[in-house]
Amino acid sequence: MQAFTVLTGIAAPLPLANVDTDKIIPARFLKTIKRSGLGVHLFDPLRFDEAGAERPDFVLNQQPYRTAKILIAHENFGCGSSREHAPWALLDFGISCVIAPDFADIFYNNCFKNGILPVRLPRAICDQLMADAAMGPNARLTVDLPRQVVVRPNGEEIPFAIDAERRHLLLEGLDEIGQTLAHAAAIDTYETQRSAAMPWLPAIAVGPRP
Amino acid sequence: MPRTLFDKIWDAHVVERLGDGTCVLYIDRHLVHEVTSPQAFEGLRVAGRPVRRPEATIAVVDHNVPTSDRRHGIAESESRLQVETLERNVAEFGVPYFPLLDARQGIVHVIGPEQGISLPGMTIVCGDSHTSTHGAMGALAFGIGTSEVEHVLATQTLRQTPAKNMLVRVDGTLGRGVTAKDIVLAIIGKIGTAGGTGHVIEYAGEAIRALDMAGRLTVCNMSIEAGARAGLIAPDETTFAYIEGKPYAPQGEAFYRAVEYWRTLPSDPDAVYDRTVVLDAASIAPMVTWGTNPEAVAPITGAVPDPADEPDEAKRTALQRMLSYMALTPGQKLAGTPIDVVFIGSCTNGRIEDMRAAAAIAHGRHVAEGVRALVVPGSGLVKLQAEAEGLDRILLEAGFEWREPGCSMCLGMNPDKLTPGQRSASTSNRNFEGRQGPGGRTHLLSPAMAAAAAVTGRLTDVRDFS
Repeated sequence: MQAFTVLTGIAAPLPLANVDTDKIIPARFLKTIKRSGLGVHLFDPLRFDEAGAERPDFVLNQQPYRTAKILIAHENFGCGSSREHAPWALLDFGISCVIAPDFADIFYNNCFKNGILPVRLPRAICDQLMADAAMGPNARLTVDLPRQVVVRPNGEEIPFAIDAERRHLLLEGLDEIGQTLAHAAAIDTYETQRSAAMPWLPAIAVGPRP
Repeated sequence: MPRTLFDKIWDAHVVERLGDGTCVLYIDRHLVHEVTSPQAFEGLRVAGRPVRRPEATIAVVDHNVPTSDRRHGIAESESRLQVETLERNVAEFGVPYFPLLDARQGIVHVIGPEQGISLPGMTIVCGDSHTSTHGAMGALAFGIGTSEVEHVLATQTLRQTPAKNMLVRVDGTLGRGVTAKDIVLAIIGKIGTAGGTGHVIEYAGEAIRALDMAGRLTVCNMSIEAGARAGLIAPDETTFAYIEGKPYAPQGEAFYRAVEYWRTLPSDPDAVYDRTVVLDAASIAPMVTWGTNPEAVAPITGAVPDPADEPDEAKRTALQRMLSYMALTPGQKLAGTPIDVVFIGSCTNGRIEDMRAAAAIAHGRHVAEGVRALVVPGSGLVKLQAEAEGLDRILLEAGFEWREPGCSMCLGMNPDKLTPGQRSASTSNRNFEGRQGPGGRTHLLSPAMAAAAAVTGRLTDVRDFS
């Protein structure tokens, strides 16, 4: 996984609440067996009309936001489906940080597995950052994970909170599975104890068809 | 210290605590489907890792499969590739699998309980947000992303932080024509789509206890629509009676030993919840959504809200956007709204009890002219059972389509889609913009309400039917 340390770039304001994962990437684009190449479908219903032409009023169809690296939104971003295609599409488009007042739990989790940093900040601050982002190409934000601050174009620093364990994995770009497999002995012990305590727990084996 | 049902299941599955509250949590059951697993198996292959416990894993195809005759395979090439990829992966990694033409194939959240794979006290995960369904068994069940699917395949664990406890108590008894679907829509209407964020919801109270397992599965299914990490219901005699004899449940003496353990799971009487919400069952009417998220819901006797009444500008804009997308006018009565398509099925309402509820309304009536009505059983076994009871004939005679099992028009990944501008009455779980097909307009409701809409061609109060 790509590590996340300090990111400076254009931020795109998306002043919508409850942006669901069907809006981030509709189900018809999930018929893939790959993680890559989903950026072209990011926000498809907002970005393109029925004929596939760009909707000029959508932020990511405007300069300078076509090269946005940061997205700022309102409450409950990423609600709905568990599809990891949503963070994959953001990342493939070039966005590796989303700032919002709060996130749906599964989307929030999925971000960390892909080197995307979701930052929770109060609504009033998100609105302030959106106003910054609306100032054009020179209004870049910096998101500094080691120092846990968002830096506004005027230099003001806004601190944010994040779990220590998640911060560590993201900063190092660590493979979480590899980290957990380091606990294999503990998992073995757990399994032995559990099957001794609950010998009735059945295993799944597909028998003949009924 | 008194503990909740959630606390007990959590504590029993902690393998290791990692310092800052994150735990390595053991996973008992992993359900796998064709859409969110290919990249996970590919990850294992690249890293040279095996599936740690294939016997705790079950795979099935459901999301993108056609619901028409499937004996000649899948016509759509991308869907076919995903199904073939799953088949190759389960063969390579030794994962148990119900293939497309097996009677046990069906929606992953229907077959888990149906087969006795999902049991009380377990941790159950799947790369699908509606995994919360299995919480009705008294299990901790939640949806995960594909990276976590890979993590569970490789380690049989997840890294998780504990959720907060939320109690939703539904007191009293439901009125005639009011169902589990109406309960959960009323709850979401009350707490909102983010009302459960960070929490696991335990549903309790007289009205929940009175529900059969199908109803409980419907309620827990939509926990994610309130933003909750999971929803669960304490196991009781109804749960045990449902499980007994299921193919993958403990059998004979083992079953009674299991029940003994399951009886220790319900929350202690003085357990403390971070938040409690109480509803009165008698005040719940049949519910219908009018907007583009499930909290935009009202009783069928109600009306579409007027954005002008909303003081917050952002909320007012969102409301206007919803009404414009749904082509509804402020103050419009919900009852009487004409519909084009009816969809009865999904992991929310695709069980035999739902088929019966639809057939009861359809019996002796006919689908209104110009309306397309699809009934999609949740599994092959639900379909066989319905056919044994003659429900298929009742529905077919009434002009409904009787289709093969799968997720179908709930999310429109297969050919069952709304066309732009079409309005549906749907028993599924999400009314997001474009969810059932680009430009489609979705009204969520119960199976009986959906059948009533089919025969009248409009959103209708099912209580008006004898």
